[in-house]
Amino acid sequence: MSTGLAIAARGLTRRFGANTAVDGLTLEIPRAQIYGFLGPNGSGKTTTIRMLCGLLAPSAGDALVLGLEVPREAAALRERIGYMTQKFSLYEDLSVEENLDFLAEVYALPRGEVKSRIAEVCEEYRLAKLRGRLAGTLSGGQKQRLALAGAVIHRPDLLFLDEPTSAVDPESRRDFWESLFRLVDGGTTILVSTHYMDEAERCHALAILDRGVLVAGGAPRALMDALAGYVVEIEGEQLRAGRAVIEALPFVVSVAQLGTRLRVLSDIPEPASAIQKALDAANVVARAHAASPSLEDVFVSATRGREVAA
Amino acid sequence: MNFWRRTLAIATKEVRQLRRDRFTAGMIVGLPVIQLMLFGYAINTDVRHLRAGVADEANTQLSRRLVDDAEASQVIDIVTRVDTPRALEELLRDGKIAVGIAIPRDFERRLALRDRAPAQLLIDGSDPAVSMAARGLANFPIAVRALSADPVSKSSFEPRAFYNPERRSAVQIVPALIGVILTMTMVLFTATAIVRERERGNLELLINTPVRTTELMLGKILPFVAIGMVQTTLILGIGRFVFDVPIVGNLFELYVAALVFVASALSLGLLFSTLVSTQMQAFQLTFMTFLPQILMSGFMFPFDGMPRPAQIFAEIMPLTHFVRLVRGLILRGASLADVKGELWPLMLFFAVTVTIAIKRFRKRLD
Repeated sequence: MSTGLAIAARGLTRRFGANTAVDGLTLEIPRAQIYGFLGPNGSGKTTTIRMLCGLLAPSAGDALVLGLEVPREAAALRERIGYMTQKFSLYEDLSVEENLDFLAEVYALPRGEVKSRIAEVCEEYRLAKLRGRLAGTLSGGQKQRLALAGAVIHRPDLLFLDEPTSAVDPESRRDFWESLFRLVDGGTTILVSTHYMDEAERCHALAILDRGVLVAGGAPRALMDALAGYVVEIEGEQLRAGRAVIEALPFVVSVAQLGTRLRVLSDIPEPASAIQKALDAANVVARAHAASPSLEDVFVSATRGREVAA
Repeated sequence: MNFWRRTLAIATKEVRQLRRDRFTAGMIVGLPVIQLMLFGYAINTDVRHLRAGVADEANTQLSRRLVDDAEASQVIDIVTRVDTPRALEELLRDGKIAVGIAIPRDFERRLALRDRAPAQLLIDGSDPAVSMAARGLANFPIAVRALSADPVSKSSFEPRAFYNPERRSAVQIVPALIGVILTMTMVLFTATAIVRERERGNLELLINTPVRTTELMLGKILPFVAIGMVQTTLILGIGRFVFDVPIVGNLFELYVAALVFVASALSLGLLFSTLVSTQMQAFQLTFMTFLPQILMSGFMFPFDGMPRPAQIFAEIMPLTHFVRLVRGLILRGASLADVKGELWPLMLFFAVTVTIAIKRFRKRLD
């Protein structure tokens, strides 16, 4: 199960009236990887996931998910996928154990296995001491662990996570990603939608979506390396004046202030000397030097700075 | 089979949630008991002891006799005496009395001449039950008859009430109350059930699991069917032992009828929950349909008294049929076969609403 593609989509399109939410998306997602959908709100992440789950019929194109055609074979697919919603969607007025028991029954786990499997996920996601607690009384991080435990209780081959760590602290976030990597080691394929750069950076591979279109794809490292030489940082006293000068340059895609520095993305290679020249000519005291690209630079470059990640 | 396993999983979850929701759990038992006590004792169409005032301008032996006889009927209690009919009208308007007896100065002459009514009865017509009872008073062959040489002939008919010879209101009301209480609780519980999942975001989880629409709906309904049977038993028990309602018919057949009625009420609730998007709207929709059912089903007012279009409308409502069913089964000792004409409309109602509910629910996912 660790070879081949978990998801193969070709020309996937979904229109809502006159609005095209997803436009001709072609994806190949290998098994046992964490694959990220990076994009701002409204970029078509959720619509894509819904089509891949078989909840939404595509207007055009087709997709094979775990070898099953969606939405035709959605019922069979549903038994083999797990879905973790953005907002906590388990029952707050049921205990941790009752929630897990409910899901175990709904997924029709073999009867003899229900108890041992619940104990197993409680152990794995540190819920053992919380089994009797009502889900509504758990902390954000605990709720997230419960949601993940619920999403994998039937050992799905494919796990969808919709902006999974938007409501938890950094410590829990690290912890959560550790769990995801353990799942991947066990052969699970994971699809994460996010608009956080640090989260996207942890994925094996990424698809950057902008208004329903796939604008860049590949491993985060490779995407960043491809941008090497196009990023410049400016340090100096008169950053605000410098910013005006730089933004006027034709090859500059975007300028963003990061504390005492300006980060400049250009669409020509090695622009540092040209920028320095422009700053000197305008009598702005600042130094420009090349910097290594970040995922945010990749994102801005891919979406051409027309939209900013939320 | 996985179908039943998933349905049962939903039902189990529903029961667990209900057990935690103390208020709702309390309503299941509290609502029938409180309603039954209130309605059973308070609703009394056999009106007695109306507050009455007298303006006796004649003040003769005969006029005093008339007033005494009227009071002896127990329909009225004389609470005040005034001098003029005008004063009576004021008391009536202020709601201090419900009935006024005005006896004019020429009372005895009118009696002798028999050309006009000898006395006047002022009735508060704003309450239909009160006015009905007071009108009855006007037909009392009181004092006048005793003293007249030519007694007013007695009514040619002697009414005999079958099935409820003492004409006790509780006997009429309690059986039908099963229907009213079931309508209220069953529709409300299911109307909010699916909306609640949507409101709390649980539906997003459910649609990604193998749970199917029919399983979800059936799993939601099942616990309430059991609750409906518990409520039926509760009302029957209280009716029998507190209000002394005779249960003439076959108890098993009664439960069959109640089961069919509960199913129709639940399916209506399910349909509502697919029409609304918040629990508040579900409440409003439930009460919007609750009131006409109470008023038009024949529970409170006679069905035969309604105009034809209203009757046709009432025939659609499950409560109308259940009120007839239950009165027949409990009081008249009819068998289910005797009243099957009221049973199949309930089944039809169930089939139609549940089909629409499932269809509508599917649509809303996409």
